[in-house]
Amino acid sequence: MRVNFTVNGRPQEADDVWEGESLLYVLRERLGLPGSKNACEQGECGSCTVRLDGVPVCSCLVAAGQAEGREVVTVEGLADYAKHRSCGSSRGTSLQEAQDWAAKGHDSQTGEGSELAPIQQAFIDAGAVQCGFCTPGLLVAADEMLERNPNPSDADIREALSGNLCRCTGYEKIMDAVRLAAARQGEAV
Amino acid sequence: MDFLRPASWEEALAAKAEHPTAVPIAGGTDVMVEINFDHRRPEYLLDLNRVGDLTEWEVGEDTVRLGASVPYTRIMESLRGELPGLALASHTVASPQIRNRGGVGGNLGTASPAGDAHPALLAAGAEVEVESVRGSRLIPIDAFYTGVKRNALAADELIRAVHIKKADGPQQYSKVGTRNAMVIAVCAFGLALHPGTRTVRTGIGSAAPTPVRAKAAEEFLNAALDEGGFWDSGKIITPSAAKQFADLCAASCNPIDDVRGTASYRRHAVGIMARRTLTWAWESYRGTAATTEGAA
Repeated sequence: MRVNFTVNGRPQEADDVWEGESLLYVLRERLGLPGSKNACEQGECGSCTVRLDGVPVCSCLVAAGQAEGREVVTVEGLADYAKHRSCGSSRGTSLQEAQDWAAKGHDSQTGEGSELAPIQQAFIDAGAVQCGFCTPGLLVAADEMLERNPNPSDADIREALSGNLCRCTGYEKIMDAVRLAAARQGEAV
Repeated sequence: MDFLRPASWEEALAAKAEHPTAVPIAGGTDVMVEINFDHRRPEYLLDLNRVGDLTEWEVGEDTVRLGASVPYTRIMESLRGELPGLALASHTVASPQIRNRGGVGGNLGTASPAGDAHPALLAAGAEVEVESVRGSRLIPIDAFYTGVKRNALAADELIRAVHIKKADGPQQYSKVGTRNAMVIAVCAFGLALHPGTRTVRTGIGSAAPTPVRAKAAEEFLNAALDEGGFWDSGKIITPSAAKQFADLCAASCNPIDDVRGTASYRRHAVGIMARRTLTWAWESYRGTAATTEGAA
């Protein structure tokens, strides 16, 4: 079957989708967006977290057909999403912007030179990334929490991230990163 | 596999009548796991996300009519006053991502003895509104669970809503697991005080082939509270009565040994949770009673 939906502000069309396929599979294997990670396939680890019509969900548990006509934001679109949120403008790339686009070199190690969402920058600055596998899901979940709750307590952060498992860092650096992002968000206002 | 996408409830009923083997999918938090792991290859998936009514609820005079797909997150945020037991239970469901998708209709459809909503529904008192092209009926929650992962639905029926009694007294919920989040219950316990009818109701999860009420324990406690004039006096429940209640709750379990816990641990834990939830709820009732009566 064919699935039409919006991903990171752009209309997308996926063809030959199997009816039992997950949204995660469509994103990774059919649309070439491997940022959302595939690990447990049972909603336990949160590494596939995306926003479906704004709501954080495990994309491995959304049937592809259920995404028809809906809006998905993945970690690849997080910087753009955060930028437009802070500007209050509508999201997406205009035709002109798309045509003007050119690849620019940047230091992929630290993300310098590329545009990052504040939560992404905070993860780098706090050293909250080790193997990196859980990071995309954590970023999407943490960004959504900060949107809802700009001044979270530690308990709020722990609860918001309770569905995202990390097996490297022990969560302390991740907590630091989210606190840092919240503090910077507060300063910016 | 075919993916059926009805745009309305009527279309969904027609599709289910035409394809009784179709597996309904709403939040997908149970169904997609089975598909991802190749445990299930249904001929038809019946997507209910487009049926808007299912995510709505109405607060009536005595009951809340909760749409089958209202996510747990909404129940926690919006129905804590009317359905405190179910709101507490909802908060123990998995993680924010899962609570944003899953709802009580799916818990009932799966009918796992470990479903988090069941003890709260049993304790509060509820009826499940199911419908097919043949008509609609209300199934009392006590008659809904018929076996391990089996329920009273006919092949052509879909769950539309749950009618849950609005709380007329304190309600509590307790669950044993290895973590605060992302955990399937080792066992769970729901308790509701109903001062209006001067009764106590219970619900036990993961400690029998189906979610069950501890009826003998309820009968004992109802009689003890009545005879001792506890509802009027708001006295502290005597430790011996609380212990007897807990023992009867443990005795009403029929658990198994499995990877999550042994049968004897489950019995023990249910007894502990019964005593604790009764104490918490009764303390809260006494607090309220004292305020309304203006007593010190």
